[in-house]
Amino acid sequence: MDKENTSLVKLTWFDKIFKPQVITLANGHSTLRRRSRTPLIVALLAIAIFLSLKATRFDFTVIISRFNELLKLFTQLFHPKWSFFDKVTGPLVDTIKMSILGTVIGCALALPVAVLSSTNINKSHVIVSVFRFILALIRTLPTLVIALVCALVFGLGTFAGTLAISIFTFGIVAKMLYESIETIDMGPFEAMEAMGANKFQAFWAACVPQILPVYLSHSLYCFEMNIRASAILGYVGAGGLGITINERIGWRDYNGLGMVLLTLFVVVVAIEFFSEYLRKKLS
Amino acid sequence: MSEKLKQFEQKLDQKLTAAEMYANRPRKWWLYLIIVLILTLLVTWSGSSIQFDGLTVTGSQVAKGVISGVTHPDLKLMFGTGDTDVPFLLLQTMAIAVLGTLIGAILAIPFAFLASSNIMPAPIAYLFRIIILLIRTIPSLVWALMWIRVTGPGASCGVITQSVCSIGMIAKMYITAIEDLDTRILESLDAMGCTPFQKIRYGVIPQLTASFISTTIYRFDINLKDATTLGIVGAGGIGASLVQCLNSRRWAMVGSFVWGLMFLVLVIEFLSTRIRKKLARGE
Repeated sequence: MDKENTSLVKLTWFDKIFKPQVITLANGHSTLRRRSRTPLIVALLAIAIFLSLKATRFDFTVIISRFNELLKLFTQLFHPKWSFFDKVTGPLVDTIKMSILGTVIGCALALPVAVLSSTNINKSHVIVSVFRFILALIRTLPTLVIALVCALVFGLGTFAGTLAISIFTFGIVAKMLYESIETIDMGPFEAMEAMGANKFQAFWAACVPQILPVYLSHSLYCFEMNIRASAILGYVGAGGLGITINERIGWRDYNGLGMVLLTLFVVVVAIEFFSEYLRKKLS
Repeated sequence: MSEKLKQFEQKLDQKLTAAEMYANRPRKWWLYLIIVLILTLLVTWSGSSIQFDGLTVTGSQVAKGVISGVTHPDLKLMFGTGDTDVPFLLLQTMAIAVLGTLIGAILAIPFAFLASSNIMPAPIAYLFRIIILLIRTIPSLVWALMWIRVTGPGASCGVITQSVCSIGMIAKMYITAIEDLDTRILESLDAMGCTPFQKIRYGVIPQLTASFISTTIYRFDINLKDATTLGIVGAGGIGASLVQCLNSRRWAMVGSFVWGLMFLVLVIEFLSTRIRKKLARGE
């Protein structure tokens, strides 16, 4: 019998440089123990931190010595100007409306694209990779940049924000959805095809019921994110609460900003709570 | 045995034909109807205030400009080595994300332990959960605008902003990992007479490292995308230059920034997914 069962340990390029340790067991067999990767990782991290410190000129002493500036700001934030509430509600409702419409449009567009870019339903490799690449490109663009371009093209206001949110939602929901579609059970689909159903019938009856709850859950999750994201879209002129936030900071009215953030906090928590409840029901 | 039960058993035992089974299929049309109704109501409500005014006067020009910029990027800017060229700005963006994520990940550890209900008494855990939620709700752009008062504009503002912003999400995911700790291991270590330090070293840390590292890498992915937008408020990175070029309509420069951005985000996303998959498999 071969006493060297080294084949059990997979060797990578790392092990070719740092030879693995040979351990001889009591029964005469020997096995390999790979050298720890930790020193390499630590060294790489140290280099990364050193380079990053140089590139950003980050200095902790400045932050510690001027930290009281932030504390001053925070004391103001925690004394919100209650009378400002009336001026918050309008933009807040705008923000919520933008996120709802944007999420619905984005999710509606995402469903067919996600189906087309999942390998277990679409057998054409080319189409799948093309769709996935487009989705990946869309996801790399920051929402604020999309919003800025939309605001330049369609004018300032809620429409630009809605469009930006739709594009953002489309990219994310389509990705999450095709990943979930690939994990569904294709057995029923094949069974229905075997019984004589055509592709669409089989898909409709066997796949859609499996996809639908996941799809709704992803959409709700994305809606949560969008409420938060759309709150700052106004910063580039795309409507909603961001305009108010920008204004307050510009005027250094941090008590007013405190009120805006407090309202946002309450709304976000309420929506998150509600959506988490719904998502639990769905799964 | 009652008559009803027998009937019921017979019903369960009888073999149905495919057509009968199809006729008895579970129907949830009322649920779908409610969902569709709610959706239509929401969409009409939110659609009412989103006005579409058509393109702005310069809208079509902007759209054309963006397309021409993306197809004809400024190559000198794209491969230059100066302080305002794409490679350096990308490096700076990445540096912001690296430092921000690392500091955030370290800061999140005490928060996570203090907010875990299996370690801390309930009131303290809830208090810290609310703090974490507060940190998460304030948009990163607002954080950046507040920190700018402390550090002044520049990349170090981006670093400290990201460190604070990351705490929210990282702590939330750490908490789940901590609450999933297998306490039986700690009990057996206890039974062997281990000191608290040994218990932490051999009982707690090995259980947590994989998920902590995975979370941190995931957050790095997000921070990198976020770092590109922080530049809009003057917190360093590629965002500032991108927005300046957009506003001053230098499309060729916009194109090269967008390509650089896409390249960086795609590469990092690819790498982080690979590393996290390896971590999940326990290699």
